[in-house]
Amino acid sequence: MMKRLRDLYRSQKKKGLTPDQERMIKHELRLAEEVDDIARQHELTPPPRAKSLYEWDDLRVLQNAATPQPLAMSSVHTLDELLERDRQREEDGFHRKIRVGRMMKPGRDGDDKVVVVPTTVEEKFIHDQVQVDEEGEGEGESEGGAGEGEEGEVIGEQPVRQDQGSGEGGAGQGEGGSHEVESNAYDLGRILTEQFQLPNLKDKGKKRSLTRYTYDLTDKNRGFGQILDKKATLRRVIKTNIALQRIARQQQIDTESLLISPRDRVYRILSREKDYESQAMVFFVRDYSGSMSGKPTELVVNQHILIYSWLTFQYEHQVKSRFILHDTEAKEVDNFQTYYNSRVAGGTQVSAAYKLVNHIVEEENLARDYNIYIFHGTDGDDWDTKGEEALPELKKMLIYAARVGVTIAENGYGVSGKSEVEKYLRKSGLLEERNDLLRLDVITKESNEGRLIEGIKRLLS
Amino acid sequence: MELISQHAKKIMEGCKERAREAGLRFQDESLEYIVTNRDLLHLSPKVMIPTLYDYWVQDVEVLKEQGRYELYPNNPYETVINTRPPISFYNDNNPDWLNVMIFYHVIGHIDFFQNNLFFRHTWDFDFANRALSDKRLIAKLRSEKGRWVDYIIEFSRAVDNLVGYFDILAAQDKVKSAGSEAMLDFYFDVFLQREGNSVVTHFVREIERYNKMLRDNPENGQTLFLDTVKVRHAELESLYEKHKRENKPAEGLDLLQFLMENSKFLNKEENRWMLTVMEVVRGTSLYFQPQIRTKILNEGWASYWHEKLFLGDDRIGGHEVDYAIVNARVTSMPRVGLNPYALGMRLFSYLEEKADKGKISFEYLMLHDKHGRDQYDRQVGSGQDYIFAVRENYADSMFINSFIDQDFVDQHRLFVTGKHLNKERMTWQYYVKSRRAEDYKEMVMGSLYHPPSIRISVDENSTLVLNHFFEGKPLVRDYIEATMLGLEYLWGDMVCLYTSEPVPHKPETQQQHQDPGMKQEKPKQEISWKRFRYTMHEKKLSRELVDVHG
Repeated sequence: MMKRLRDLYRSQKKKGLTPDQERMIKHELRLAEEVDDIARQHELTPPPRAKSLYEWDDLRVLQNAATPQPLAMSSVHTLDELLERDRQREEDGFHRKIRVGRMMKPGRDGDDKVVVVPTTVEEKFIHDQVQVDEEGEGEGESEGGAGEGEEGEVIGEQPVRQDQGSGEGGAGQGEGGSHEVESNAYDLGRILTEQFQLPNLKDKGKKRSLTRYTYDLTDKNRGFGQILDKKATLRRVIKTNIALQRIARQQQIDTESLLISPRDRVYRILSREKDYESQAMVFFVRDYSGSMSGKPTELVVNQHILIYSWLTFQYEHQVKSRFILHDTEAKEVDNFQTYYNSRVAGGTQVSAAYKLVNHIVEEENLARDYNIYIFHGTDGDDWDTKGEEALPELKKMLIYAARVGVTIAENGYGVSGKSEVEKYLRKSGLLEERNDLLRLDVITKESNEGRLIEGIKRLLS
Repeated sequence: MELISQHAKKIMEGCKERAREAGLRFQDESLEYIVTNRDLLHLSPKVMIPTLYDYWVQDVEVLKEQGRYELYPNNPYETVINTRPPISFYNDNNPDWLNVMIFYHVIGHIDFFQNNLFFRHTWDFDFANRALSDKRLIAKLRSEKGRWVDYIIEFSRAVDNLVGYFDILAAQDKVKSAGSEAMLDFYFDVFLQREGNSVVTHFVREIERYNKMLRDNPENGQTLFLDTVKVRHAELESLYEKHKRENKPAEGLDLLQFLMENSKFLNKEENRWMLTVMEVVRGTSLYFQPQIRTKILNEGWASYWHEKLFLGDDRIGGHEVDYAIVNARVTSMPRVGLNPYALGMRLFSYLEEKADKGKISFEYLMLHDKHGRDQYDRQVGSGQDYIFAVRENYADSMFINSFIDQDFVDQHRLFVTGKHLNKERMTWQYYVKSRRAEDYKEMVMGSLYHPPSIRISVDENSTLVLNHFFEGKPLVRDYIEATMLGLEYLWGDMVCLYTSEPVPHKPETQQQHQDPGMKQEKPKQEISWKRFRYTMHEKKLSRELVDVHG
């Protein structure tokens, strides 16, 4: 693989690279070389802390009681109520306080359950640690200790990167077992639409497909049927009687003397209706190269869940999603879990992914039946620095797509607002030209929930 | 939640007798409840006070960012609460012997709550009942004012860590020194030492004269002495009056009180109900203050006694091994980390031994010969009295500051752990950073609860000015905005906060662009402290640099 990467690097170099670009590429190459544990360069978790003085307590220590794991049902409030309260806060002129979802993941078994953990903080004036180094490198805080050991002697070590996978999906920050509120994607989408004023899709596109028949009492039938339509029947009766001149103008109507023909009875009758529905196909495309690991991945994936939820609501479940991962090559994976948890070290080539999307759309002839949405999350690195390969593919995409949204989650290595993808997208003019179809959102590493939702508005509105 | 069985209660009454014989003092009545995990779900957000007022945040998971324990000055999983009678909680599946052990621990806590002077202001009432009436009050207000009650709770809680807890304690002392005694204090403490021109011999002579007069006239020696002084120094009385005027306790209002008294907004007729809510929040916070400031002492004291009393209890033979396992979990010193139970208990035992041998004396302090120090034993046997005095008069900071010395650190092989990143192995390596007592003390002191100290004033534009007293730490910046928003609401006008923040120094020799992968290798950043002013005006926060901090 390294050889292929190096070849790619050389071919790019021939086309000319700025020193900055070259450094980025070399950086990723170096990451790729350390195959054993690629993520480690990126995932410098803050130094581990031992339990603080105040985290020891009688119930846990003495009675060995587990920290209570609050159940969703023990919480008095539903997510809706909480968010309603939060919306009210905004109306009253205060900031929102609820953060939706610290951890959200669709279940492994493919149902569309999304776990939402509403959290909040109580802000106070409190002392902070002086943080000299953002990355949490170098010296950690001093702590207590007891036992053998000379001064300076190393007494133990702890891996920098905790095993992230282990099924829990690393997005969670604390221990699990929290006030989880399970919600399915549809509900979350509804909440997002209502509470956060995410736009409703105005035009779901022309692509309609016959998806099912429904049976409804909509047809009318004279003479027999399931339910008597009294109003219509009365109308007919009157008509008949006017025709028979049993009712004259400006005279009292003697209802008892009206004649009723059997054909006057109008019924509603159960009938088969064709139901046309719009349906959507969403391609979630994610850069899973070395430089993505950690925060950018988390941000991109979280945003993708939110988008997925929103689309599920907008299309009333008629959404299919496809997941595509790419580094210098692209591959399709079949579920969200894999999409979420995969990582690889390698270079980055956006064009590979776009190519694959175009290929799938073409091969399966998706453009005919579906409204196609493509959301691409990346940190903005691209070895194809001028977008020479990516841009043509992107243009091809814009022919059939209902919306292409590119999220750039900056990994903090390069200069903000100067990532390759952003640069060539802006340069190409496509953003202005095809503003109805192509959107770009750049978020920083420190973005939170609110920013993500903000971003979705930007991508979708 | 149900009361513990009569059987267990009977055992516990036996525990109380034994504890009393050992010298612990506490009230007769106590309530013990069996709690299930489900009960704990409801109790823990209410910090184990079953009757605490309701607040929606209790239903949401509150993000407690690691290392930010200072935010929540109370322990959500306390096993006994400082009420009258004290209520303690037991797991529903505890065996009897464990309940006995826990109960001894609980008795230790109760004794501590009811005798330690830092809990003085909680002695005169039962918090469970007060909390209940507060809860009803808030429920009633909520039915009238709706969500606004929650806003007031929220804004008050935002500053409830700044309550004037020490002012309350000080106020209780003030009654004592008044009248002639106060004047006498003034004479010795201020008058004689004014302008630094007093000679020690003169000072000592005056004390001797005073003592002599007191001996000769046990009844009115004090007044007699003062009269002689007044004759000699005619100016004493007027100076004393002046001193009293000048040193009138500086208002002594904490932020919440200040707002309650001086905010025009809150004192409008239609807003007066807010004052009640704020007072509830303030009172609740004050009640919890001593708890967090005596964590090491309190847990150490309880652990010391559960060990001593449990092992001396004749009724529970046969469970020593079970006990040892639990006890080890509670009171062993972790290899890395700080266990308040273990540290406190060891300090108490250490002090007891020291006092028993008469090592708490000037003679011992002056002894520099190591062998002599080791062998020093005057067989004074005052250990118990000494630790009882410590339990009565100390809080964590004093406890740590006064008693952690090199002998203690050596005896228990304590050290300060450092961590550094090993790039080769990609691990955090723990190493022994220091075995010096000063460093250990500093490390423990650094991890103690310490809310920021903020001075309050109002400027001519009726802006509320908060001045954060700089103690080498910044405030958590993310929280400033929301906190100040609440303050502006309560104050009804502009609010300013002065605080110091670290600003990274840019080393002049730094390269213009860095290799993205090389970030780790840049030199450690220097910081300098700058003073900033935050202004909250009409819900907009602005921040500006005011001057360079020394």
